[in-house]
Amino acid sequence: MTDRYDVILVGAGHNGLVCAAYLAKAGRKVLVLDASDSPGGAAATREFAPGYSVSSCAQWLHQLHPRVCRDLELERHGLAWAARDIASISLDAGGQHLELLGASVEGPGVSAEDQQAYRTFHGRTARYVKLLARVFESRPPRLVESNLADRITLLKLGLGLKLLGRDDMSDLMRIVLTNMYDLMEEHFDSPQLKALLSFNSVLGSSMGPRTPNTVFGYLYQRLGEAFGHTGVSQVKGGMGALGEALAASARARGVTLRLGSRVASIDMFNGRAGGVTLASGEQLGAAVVVSNADPVTTFEQLVGYRNMETGMARRVSHVRCSGAAAKLHLALDGLPGFTGLDKAQLGQRLVIAPDMNYIERAFNAVKYGEYSASPAMDISIPTLHDPTGAPAGGHVLSAIVQFAPAEPAGGWEAASAPGGETHRQHFTRLVLDQLERYAPGIREQVVASQLLTPSDLEREYGMKGGHWHHGELALDQVLMMRPFPGASQYASGLDGLYLCGAGAHPGGGVMGLAGSNAAREIIRRGAAA
Amino acid sequence: MKANSDETMMLRTPFHSRVAAACELNDWGTWKGYTTPRSYTDVELEYFAIRSTTGVFDLSPMNKYRITGPDAEAYLNRMVTRDVSKIRVGRVGYTVWCNDAGQVMDDGTIFHLGENDYRLCAFARAVDWMHWSALGFDVQIVDESDEVAALAVQGPTSCATLLAMGLTGLEELKPFGLASFPFEGETLTVSRTGFTGDLGYELWIVPDKAELLWDRLFAAGKPHIIKPFGSDALDLARIEAGFLQAGVDFVPAESAVRNGRSRSPYELGLEWLVDMDKPVFNGRKALQRERAEGSRYRFAMLDVDGNKPAQHSFILKDGKKVGTVTSAAWCPTAKSNVAFAQLEMPHGAVGEKLVAEIYYQRELQWTRVLAPCTVIAAPVFNPPRRRAVPPGQF
Ligand SMILES: Cc1cc2nc3c(=O)[nH]c(=O)nc-3n(C[C@H](O)[C@H](O)[C@H](O)COP(=O)(O)OP(=O)(O)OC[C@H]3O[C@@H](n4cnc5c(N)ncnc54)[C@H](O)[C@@H]3O)c2cc1C
Repeated sequence: MTDRYDVILVGAGHNGLVCAAYLAKAGRKVLVLDASDSPGGAAATREFAPGYSVSSCAQWLHQLHPRVCRDLELERHGLAWAARDIASISLDAGGQHLELLGASVEGPGVSAEDQQAYRTFHGRTARYVKLLARVFESRPPRLVESNLADRITLLKLGLGLKLLGRDDMSDLMRIVLTNMYDLMEEHFDSPQLKALLSFNSVLGSSMGPRTPNTVFGYLYQRLGEAFGHTGVSQVKGGMGALGEALAASARARGVTLRLGSRVASIDMFNGRAGGVTLASGEQLGAAVVVSNADPVTTFEQLVGYRNMETGMARRVSHVRCSGAAAKLHLALDGLPGFTGLDKAQLGQRLVIAPDMNYIERAFNAVKYGEYSASPAMDISIPTLHDPTGAPAGGHVLSAIVQFAPAEPAGGWEAASAPGGETHRQHFTRLVLDQLERYAPGIREQVVASQLLTPSDLEREYGMKGGHWHHGELALDQVLMMRPFPGASQYASGLDGLYLCGAGAHPGGGVMGLAGSNAAREIIRRGAAA
Repeated sequence: MKANSDETMMLRTPFHSRVAAACELNDWGTWKGYTTPRSYTDVELEYFAIRSTTGVFDLSPMNKYRITGPDAEAYLNRMVTRDVSKIRVGRVGYTVWCNDAGQVMDDGTIFHLGENDYRLCAFARAVDWMHWSALGFDVQIVDESDEVAALAVQGPTSCATLLAMGLTGLEELKPFGLASFPFEGETLTVSRTGFTGDLGYELWIVPDKAELLWDRLFAAGKPHIIKPFGSDALDLARIEAGFLQAGVDFVPAESAVRNGRSRSPYELGLEWLVDMDKPVFNGRKALQRERAEGSRYRFAMLDVDGNKPAQHSFILKDGKKVGTVTSAAWCPTAKSNVAFAQLEMPHGAVGEKLVAEIYYQRELQWTRVLAPCTVIAAPVFNPPRRRAVPPGQF
């Protein structure tokens, strides 16, 4: 051990880098290690075909916390927007699209009643989102024996609820435990509108519109509004550019960043985390270890169940983290034509989820370890706003595709799909079939394609199960129960080890709050950390 | 061990035919679903068999778990509080185990049967906890409670009885030692262990040979005045010897429903079983905190004035309640009136004078006595024969 660090961070995902930068700013000597060759974790840009590159995991920036952006001077370090205030368009095969941005919803299929109902609904839920945002901006309170800071957070939550007023409060209490399907049926007529909002609620999770917790998921996906975002935005150079900006900011604050360095284990010394061993065998010591890797990877693989007590091992083994979102990247030789969309509209967020039952059926498959025959999709054509991602004249289509299991029976490469195709080929074809319905002729434009299944995402980005949130975002796995009871407030339950990634409070999405809250908690604990 | 469904739902141990024949009082109790005698003939006579000759107790209902595999030792070391690496092959160790909150789940014995081969005997069912604890360890865990029948053979003439049965060389077995002998084509495992504080052994055998073992044992023991004893006599003996009983002197942590009702090893006077030098074991973190912040309770053995057992008594200090009695008995051999108590800290230091508020009844008349009592340092019964190798001839 040559250099001894105050803090070693496992993972240079956006949360890891945010955490590192804040810690370094507070004077800590910080080393960040990542298995990958580029910073940012799932905030990444990769070349997937010669000359074609794409935001290979997360594609929309819509939750990044402005405080993080400001404190770490990300724009000074290179973060730039290719497009902002992007609307969501729910596609219709016949061209009767629906467009949604903020409180407004437009489209031939939307009645004036629905528009009014949506405005009201949006306004009311915006207040709930604001309340959640306030709770998410600090560490979660503890389940029991809360101290003053925790009481204040609880108070904020309680007071926040109170300030909502009696009607809102009872409404929130009522809906937060219900499901989107029922909530949508209660408010709207337009199948497209109901489906678009439902789709947002299940993004990244293994849930259908009728699954409990989806209302919470919906509010969560709207958090960005409370942080000042409207719609979604696209980062210039792809999400990887955010990773680079964060890395530059962290370095400027004195953080040492070592990429291409896989951590094999987090090492415990007499019951306390005190360093890591790299896959190369190199050992590094630190007073505190912080993991940006997901909780299951952190505890099961890096710490090892043998190094923790039974109750904790058991809780880790019960964390639900089966991802069900896949990613499809298409390299196109020209701009695709979507029925009824003009060029400006093509640059928006395009969603294929015509009605709620469509999503529910797509979800049914994954319950049984199968992929959807007709998947729902969240599509971007980033090259419209940022042509650097494709050769001249070419375009990239990138889609979050739901739902797909980690592994279908026999695995993705098993040639057991109809027609002797592999599951991977078959699923790709099914996705293209859907796209073809909305963008006739697109199949002929495809030069190359890449399908990233949840297991590919797990392999590529080290996130267990390929899960968007590093662990399902459900009411039993949020706040003081995130990632599991006994490990909360960014402390892991093991001395000297902290969590700072999406698996910690508040959850996933490119937001930076888990990282900045964790840093604040470690700084607050001072020498006792 | 099958339930005999036409008569009763109760399970029967492999010795049942012999136990039932000897159980003159038909005073049956239940032990983990098995029908077992509280007493056979007379509790006092049974107790005196343990202390003066040989007593036999059917402990087949005890939960027995076999742990094998390359990680067997590491697994047990993470699960229990003491250092298992110090229990050599052929030895038995007494231990407790805790949950993550450092609260005692159970106590029991670990038999180190061979390389990577252990048996854990436990009061409470623990198969779920044992499997959860196996996450990350290369071990196999088998519940062999029904595959092993067991008898405790306890008392001053127990060694002579077993030697007469043909267990040659048994006199050389040290306390907490293990030996095995051929028995009718099977292996009879003998450990020098027991729950009476006396010279004594425990015999472990396949259920098929249980009745034959009983018959041989009683034939060999006849000249040594052998007698079966039930749980009432055992209770008397173990209180005299200072042994805690799970479910009586503490609530197994995972079955405690109410907050604060479970106890840590420190609160049960079992700190000698906790090895804080082990980097990880269940409860370590919480116990470290307890050591720094202090315990809530202290276990105390009390010598109570008079001869009225202080059953269920409140313990008072200056008229104020500071604890309760969990086990109590007038101990015939030691001739002392012993009580185990849970006292609120800081009470319970050796030598402290307290008062037991005892209620007793004679011919429907309830009487209350305030009996002075003193915290004592050690059990009242601890004879040299318990440890002697070879044990003397009695
Ligand atoms: C398909 C998909 C689409 C998504 N789309 C969006 C979107 O459009 N918008 C949005 O906001 N969010 C999106 N998300 C969610 C978002 O990407 C994540 O929640 C977020 O990026 C998590 O950031 P993080 O820093 O907490 O963790 P990560 O980005 O996962 O970072 C963890 C880091 O730890 C490293 N690591 C793990 N193990 C080791 C090890 N042993 N040694 C060294 N390093 C290790 C990894 O390499 C990785 O860099 C999407 C997620 C998925 C799966």
